[in-house]
Amino acid sequence: MVDDLYQELILDHSKRPRNCHPMEGANRHAEGFNPLCGDKLQLYLNVENGIVRDASFMGSGCAISTASASLMTESLKGKTREEAIRLLDKFHDLLTTDTPAAKDLGKLVVFCGVRDYPARVKCATLAWHTLRSALEGVDAPVTTE
Amino acid sequence: MSTLVSTVQTGFEVDKVREDFPVLKQKVHGKPLVYLDNAATAQKPLAVIAAIRKFYEVDCANIHRGVHELSQRSTAAYEQTRIKVKQFVNARAKNELIFVRGSTEGINLVASSWGRKCVKTGDEIVVSAMEHHSNIVPWQMLCEEKGARLRVIPIDDRGELLMEEYVKLLGPRTRMVAVTHVSNALGTVNPVREIVELAHKAGALTLIDGAQAAPHMKVDVQALDADFYAFSGHKMFGPTGIGVLFGKAKLLNAMPPYQGGGDMIRTVTFEKTTYNELPYKFEAGTPNIAGGIGLGAAVDYVNRVGLDKIAAYEHELLIYGTAALLQVPGLRLIGTAREKAAVLSFVMEGIHPHDIGTVLDRMGIAVRTGHHCAQPVMDRFGVPATTRASLAFYNTMAEIDALAAGLRKVKEMFA
Repeated sequence: MVDDLYQELILDHSKRPRNCHPMEGANRHAEGFNPLCGDKLQLYLNVENGIVRDASFMGSGCAISTASASLMTESLKGKTREEAIRLLDKFHDLLTTDTPAAKDLGKLVVFCGVRDYPARVKCATLAWHTLRSALEGVDAPVTTE
Repeated sequence: MSTLVSTVQTGFEVDKVREDFPVLKQKVHGKPLVYLDNAATAQKPLAVIAAIRKFYEVDCANIHRGVHELSQRSTAAYEQTRIKVKQFVNARAKNELIFVRGSTEGINLVASSWGRKCVKTGDEIVVSAMEHHSNIVPWQMLCEEKGARLRVIPIDDRGELLMEEYVKLLGPRTRMVAVTHVSNALGTVNPVREIVELAHKAGALTLIDGAQAAPHMKVDVQALDADFYAFSGHKMFGPTGIGVLFGKAKLLNAMPPYQGGGDMIRTVTFEKTTYNELPYKFEAGTPNIAGGIGLGAAVDYVNRVGLDKIAAYEHELLIYGTAALLQVPGLRLIGTAREKAAVLSFVMEGIHPHDIGTVLDRMGIAVRTGHHCAQPVMDRFGVPATTRASLAFYNTMAEIDALAAGLRKVKEMFA
């Protein structure tokens, strides 16, 4: 059933996304774009001493991509750069493989239904691809155009 | 039942034509399939499937080459399609019809062959703001190569061409006006006859993208006076990978070949090659023979059902569908032209088209979501994407009711 995809937590985060605002004092920024559906996402991070102190996003997208970005920013806070990358890999595995969900994914397991909708995997991973490019970027003030 | 209402009003026996399309008989996710993605590709009647099967089972051979029986049969069947298509679009002669992979290749052929020869620095090509990418990008590539300029006819909020702006764009530098007959993203039916006449007065040629028109209305290239007219087989109930480019013989004769290879030559030596006559000059290599034969069967099928009846019934579906969708709270139609084909493109406040598409799919309803290969149209209306239900003559009013009910469920879920 379609409710397996759109679980309550996903609907909640898509209707009331958390951390959905530009960030003053962000030192990492990346832009994500899904040319297939036109979804755009701006990700802002504040990383100090290798730890993600704050994370936020802006963008327009479907319920899956919005909820994914919202839950991702929640789960990043307080994580080291390495922990964030590991989480990213586990999240990717959750969506693209049949292996059981990693225990430390926490609330993010709510996206397990996406693997049955191959056309929607990219919606759920947009924020995470953007995270990778933000973390791999250099510490620099965000240029706001 | 609403299906019966339609039968009474136009005399169109939709239940009977549905029997011709085996794909429609299935269930998807446990629900009867409601196929509303006809502008992307249309389903195939048994007659088309049988023609392709017969070719591979009985007549399979290469064409225009062998003296043996099978080669003669396959050549005859393939060339018979050209005659059928000539009648279908009312061309003057069958050598004005070139088989291509689809509308996209037809447009590329003209941009490449005619464009390379005839377009010079400072020349202008006119397209419209509602074109499919396939009628933008080939011209853009040509303009870049030649230092020519692409001009765009704007559209209004209904999705109609601004004809007074079009007239202003025409001038001594205009070489080609390339516009769509029917918009795939908006459903707008353009005043092609008038567009062609104005272009000709300015000394420009015209190419009409007929991909969305040919399956739904009578096309008469002589009455339109179009210089080129391209359409795809798969959107008119034929196979994929086959389409037709119509071109006026005197223009085609003056154009250099598009691709080199077998079948397009008369004589070949290492010093010089002379080219075959029309249409073979533009048909290098072994073509999509089965596709061509399938297209012939599709033309026969559409003729049998009758384009006048199809157009009348689809118009009725459009009226019914428009009213049904406008009753869905928060739904806004994108594309409300006065002359419209049966395309219902829409957005719902606060709900992304991909979520709409996924939820509808689980109800067995197939719609298209995204930019429909017409990103400039999305930009014009300030939306990243739309949901599009595009109808064919085998769709029913009951299916439109199912769509409207599905959209109400979507609204409940995401509102």
